[in-house]
Amino acid sequence: MAFSKIAKRLLNRFPTFEIEQGSTIWFFRRDRIALISLAFIVILSILAILAPLITPYANEGLGEPNILQKLQTPSVVHPFGTDSLGRDILARILFGARTSLIAGLIIVAAAVLIGTISGAVAGYFGGWIDEVIMRVTDIFLAFPPLLLAMTVAAVLEPSLKNAILAITLTWWPWYTRLARAQTVSVRERDYVKAAHGMGVKNFTIILRHIVPNIITPILVQGTLDIGAAIITVSSLSFLGLGVPPPTAEWGAMVREGREYIQIGKWWIPTFPGLALFLTTMAFNFLGDSIQVVTNPKTRGETL
Amino acid sequence: MSRGEYLLRRLGLGIVVIIGVLMITFIVSYIIPGDPARLYLGSRATPEKLAQARHELGLDQPIPLQFVSYISRLVHGELGISFRTKRPILDDIKIRLPATLELVISSMLLALFVGLPIGVLGAARRGKIFDQVSRLITIGGVSIPSFWLALILQLFFFLYLRWLPLGGRLINEVIMSHPIQIKTGFYLIDAAISGNWVAWWDAFIHLILPVAVLATYPISLVVRMTRASMIEVLSETYITSARASGLTEREILFKLALKNAFIPTLTILGLLFAYSITGSVLVEVVFSLPGLGSYMADAILSTDIYVLFAVTLVVTLIYIIVNLVIDLIQAAIDPRIRLGGREDL
Repeated sequence: MAFSKIAKRLLNRFPTFEIEQGSTIWFFRRDRIALISLAFIVILSILAILAPLITPYANEGLGEPNILQKLQTPSVVHPFGTDSLGRDILARILFGARTSLIAGLIIVAAAVLIGTISGAVAGYFGGWIDEVIMRVTDIFLAFPPLLLAMTVAAVLEPSLKNAILAITLTWWPWYTRLARAQTVSVRERDYVKAAHGMGVKNFTIILRHIVPNIITPILVQGTLDIGAAIITVSSLSFLGLGVPPPTAEWGAMVREGREYIQIGKWWIPTFPGLALFLTTMAFNFLGDSIQVVTNPKTRGETL
Repeated sequence: MSRGEYLLRRLGLGIVVIIGVLMITFIVSYIIPGDPARLYLGSRATPEKLAQARHELGLDQPIPLQFVSYISRLVHGELGISFRTKRPILDDIKIRLPATLELVISSMLLALFVGLPIGVLGAARRGKIFDQVSRLITIGGVSIPSFWLALILQLFFFLYLRWLPLGGRLINEVIMSHPIQIKTGFYLIDAAISGNWVAWWDAFIHLILPVAVLATYPISLVVRMTRASMIEVLSETYITSARASGLTEREILFKLALKNAFIPTLTILGLLFAYSITGSVLVEVVFSLPGLGSYMADAILSTDIYVLFAVTLVVTLIYIIVNLVIDLIQAAIDPRIRLGGREDL
């Protein structure tokens, strides 16, 4: 644990502020892994946005082949080697980060939106509306996750848009359940009753008074799920669904590199998969820490 | 609510869900793709042939009627014919299901055997090094892409160390010299029944990597679930009194506390099953295993939509039944569970 001692010493040299317990800074000072994860995600996002400026192989990152350079071993010129079409794998990974991050965010955002609204409506109105929404939710939850997404994505034409659509279709019910449970617990509060008594319309009550009060745990769950969403998109791409070539996508890159492993070209699938692993892990660590901190049961726990 | 009423309600809900699942697969498979007849015949079919195929497939009938005939065919076990292999899908599934179940069941067992003790110890040493390391590893375990882990393990154990086979269920030499008499389709069981230990060993070493990959996610899930429920159980008074009466820590953890902490873990068995069976699509592709997963993956590549829907349907029905059985077992062993309590509340 020599490393952690050094890291601790380094961190202790920073001037200490008066930090309010429970604030964001307090949280990240306590949880180094969360801090590292956040830094990783921020840096990756910046690299993804600036990808065309950073890499000298931007054309290859966008898919242009360079046959003369094919299957190059990792070297100073190509730190992660080149693929079967001679494209720089590092450049492809940077461009692939754009695909994964955007897809992960869109899926979670869309699912949170659909789930929050349907869950709030079910919980607020109760009765047959509740029954119908929740039984539909049950039906979607009855499919093993990914399986329905695979099938829907296969029926539609392979594209990033359709992969996102297929995954979102299977993703929202989890948030509906969460939102409904939260809504049921705030529905009887005085401010909701007061608004109702003053003749505020139901949908205004849901949007103004219910949603703002139930959204925190849903957003926490959303953060937790971004990693899973990214890995799901890549799994579809690995199966040949999702992003068609020449767009860079990590799962698709692993798929392309699979056949080259047996002839010793290990770097082709290894680095894109590693990027996928680290990114998913960063989101999962961040989500896990946020959950530990926001959950009153585990609040005081040392991380 | 009495136990009988609970059973009826739970079964009723199961039926509602099954009908819903059938409707969704019907909608997505018959209505969204536009023209299944064209998929069936390929893009160069003449209009006459298309019309004939549409009639044969019943696509010229009104949609509600199509749904009814879809259901009646399913009830008779007709899942349709694969566009690709031109064989009845049910026959293909029957041949391939055992390979997948062998894989899935083995990895679920592995997940329980490895995950339970780690979760128990993590709860007992909460916040200590062991617990922190297990947190790191379990989050790593849910983050690692299974298809990539499979490739890396192949690279290491097959290409580099040459310890384990690349893929498949058996090597050709064993298939020739010690063929397995197929009874259940589970090679480990079939080989053991006939005392064919050469084949048993070969089947076993072929299963090591796929099972390890497939169990990675479930292990992490079991560890986290067990740890959380153990922490809750360990704070209860009967544990304190057991400690005061001089039981050893080991007896308290593994005999007394685990018994109660295991019940919440049981609820995620269904989820584990779902993850394993969908994960098997990715794992079977990488390890060239002839199961439902690779059947599905082949169907994806050739847009063999009826295969996709048949497999989705069969797997989903198995999943629904697994969940139902788990719920009933739980209601039977845990008197604290409020029968008929809404799980989504």
